[in-house]
Amino acid sequence: MTKQILNPDTWVDSYSDYLFNYAVTRVNDSEIAKDLVQETFFAGLKSAKNFKGEAAERTWLISILKRKVIDHYRKINSKKAKSVIRITKNDNSDTDSNFLEEQVADPTSLLENSKMENEELGIAIQECIAKLPKKHALAFTLKTINGLSTEEVCKELEINPSNLWVIIHRARTALMECLNNNWFKI
Amino acid sequence: MKTCKDVEILCTKAQYNEATLLEKIQLKLHMLLCKTCKTFVKKNTKLTSLCSQAKIKTLPVEEKEKMKQTLRSKS
Repeated sequence: MTKQILNPDTWVDSYSDYLFNYAVTRVNDSEIAKDLVQETFFAGLKSAKNFKGEAAERTWLISILKRKVIDHYRKINSKKAKSVIRITKNDNSDTDSNFLEEQVADPTSLLENSKMENEELGIAIQECIAKLPKKHALAFTLKTINGLSTEEVCKELEINPSNLWVIIHRARTALMECLNNNWFKI
Repeated sequence: MKTCKDVEILCTKAQYNEATLLEKIQLKLHMLLCKTCKTFVKKNTKLTSLCSQAKIKTLPVEEKEKMKQTLRSKS
């Protein structure tokens, strides 16, 4: 295996979206997630000399972020006063009684499943995007995920529209292939 | 007559609702004749729905710039 080296200059461009998405699905707050990603980059810089080059850059950064997420939960749970059980009252129920039995989750509901699946799907898509050539990945993300107009993306990447469509088309074809292998048959 | 490669690009365009009426007609006509492209269109549509279903979030560009600057000042 070739030895991996760190390139902190490219971190923000290459990994911030991936890390952000990872964090946001775990802390449920984009501001906190943003701070965690920032802290991850700082911690990465600080301990760059400890990087042994055994793992890929991204894996290494993710492992730092994981610690940061855990630390975050420790911090917010350390205040004893906060460790009370919070019950959210079900506002939709017609009865105004407070029986716990009524608060139990519906076992037949599939909503929670699909939420989890969507998070996993998001990670799978991001992993596939990360495998694309840089320019293709950027074009695809700007267009599909950020929903920019063709004009804006062309300006950003300094290419003409027909070039952009070819790039996006190639990116999509590669993504389909990758998701087909890693997610499920489409 | 358009080649399959052209049609695939048209299909990608159509995924973002940016194909013109003429292009849409060309796409539909070609799909009638070409099975390969029909499967391609199906897959491409599925990809679009997967992407919107996953609700991937990204950091805005300004935030990234800010991050880069703070990183640079620290290193």
